[in-house]
Amino acid sequence: MSPEIKPDFLISPEGLRVDGRRPDEMRPIELKVGVLKQADGSASIRQGKTYIIAGVYGPRELHPRHLTLNDRAYLRVEYRMATFSVPDRKRPAPSRREKEISMVIANALKPALFLEEFPKAVVDVFIQVIQADGGTRCAAINAASLALADAGIPMKSLIPSVAVGKADGQLIVDLGDEEDKYGQGDVPMAIIPNTEELTLLQQDGSFTREELQEAMQMGINACKYLHELQKEALRRAYVKKTPDEEDDEDDEDDDFDDDLETDLGEAELMEDE
Amino acid sequence: MGDYSSQTISHIDREFISDLLHKGERIDGRAFNEYRDIEVEVNVVPAKAEGSAFVRLGDTSVVAGVKVLVGDPYPDSPDEGVTMVTAEMSPIASPLFELGPPKEDAIELARVVDRGVRESETVDTKELSIEEGKKAYMVFADIYPIEYDGNLIDASSIAVNAALLTTKYPEMKVEDGKLIETGELLSLPIKNVAVEVTVAKIDDILILDTILKEEFVQDCRLTMAVDRNNNFTAMQKGGGSGPMSLELIDQAMDIAQEANKDLHKVIDEAVKSVE
Repeated sequence: MSPEIKPDFLISPEGLRVDGRRPDEMRPIELKVGVLKQADGSASIRQGKTYIIAGVYGPRELHPRHLTLNDRAYLRVEYRMATFSVPDRKRPAPSRREKEISMVIANALKPALFLEEFPKAVVDVFIQVIQADGGTRCAAINAASLALADAGIPMKSLIPSVAVGKADGQLIVDLGDEEDKYGQGDVPMAIIPNTEELTLLQQDGSFTREELQEAMQMGINACKYLHELQKEALRRAYVKKTPDEEDDEDDEDDDFDDDLETDLGEAELMEDE
Repeated sequence: MGDYSSQTISHIDREFISDLLHKGERIDGRAFNEYRDIEVEVNVVPAKAEGSAFVRLGDTSVVAGVKVLVGDPYPDSPDEGVTMVTAEMSPIASPLFELGPPKEDAIELARVVDRGVRESETVDTKELSIEEGKKAYMVFADIYPIEYDGNLIDASSIAVNAALLTTKYPEMKVEDGKLIETGELLSLPIKNVAVEVTVAKIDDILILDTILKEEFVQDCRLTMAVDRNNNFTAMQKGGGSGPMSLELIDQAMDIAQEANKDLHKVIDEAVKSVE
């Protein structure tokens, strides 16, 4: 239900977008690492109204066996949308769209991972879209990459991802739902930040060659910004707190609040007490 | 806490849990009739779902969302709408859940929570008719476990109730054979609210709100939906094949009638927070 109304314009006469952003401005982004207790690694992302949780299990034994890769771990990505995450109720069974997106997400993440460290095993990445408001595959990659890091899967780098598109002839970064639906085009991409190589690239809509080149450059810039946010989120989850940061008192590193240097040996000693 | 990926628990853990219970204690220090901390957050999918709730019950968490659609009423009840509850055991929630189509446990969860909602007539489906025999509102409440540390049924029941009670959807009417919005926002016609309380039996001991470890040890569980008038509207014995005597069932009903008051209170507070 909640029928959608097509906006009169996507770029206002003042050059601003439907939600008041500048063309190269991203939506507010909140990344959290370690949000699930059962999973080996997890992260959540809120990007505008899009809300996604990613959980990683593994490396672990792979079922069914016939999927086994003898020289590396199998990276299995399952991207699923909640039935209530979209305006019309989505049917519960996995759609073709969800299957394709799962595959492109796996391909986007794989180049950064040292999967050859775990032959025959599987690394499962489960992505649950709670609310979809445009850019879910890119947001999912941002969260999944953090969840893999949280699970301790060895990696060269985090993978940031963003969609660039075109609306009313103007190139725009990080499409919202309306820009995605009523805009002229959409280029989701993901990069390895230090080499600027693309690991995800899709395109719908009509672009000139020059536009595409510019769009990809805008995407790379946005991804680099996202990469900083990802690193910051990891730091928040893992770097020891200083005594004056008391916002999060419920986890075990509280024991170490006041010490400046903790190595593993010391941590073990303290746990023994 | 150990590896349960094969859905088993060691004899040592099993005996430890059972011995503790016979001494009157539980592994996490709770009383037998005590729930873990319950947090209910409503309207967590404000932009897309008509109603939603995120419930944390200790380390178990679920999200429930409500979609209200317009569809054709069933031929055998032309003047009624439809409510339906489904659940998916997403493998994100636990290393025990596997990929693939819903298995027995997911279907049981959905059906037990569904019965709690339907049999207590939480939503008055007669009020959901738009035009008899032609159009009616269809209310779908879908449950996604996010973290599984035992007692998904009660967590899901709380989430579904909180989501239904806070659902707001646009009123529709049929004009010249076409569906149009009237511009009004409606709340669901709520007739009665029942929340499910699950009591687990281990030996001859009854405990509330099992964590995963306790679930592995339980002989069986008894889920009871109890409404605000303390009447029972649905029951399900499951979670194992252990038999239960009338006397134990009677005790379990006592526990459920006592515990449901707090659950109703928790739901009401969450609903009030958005009103």
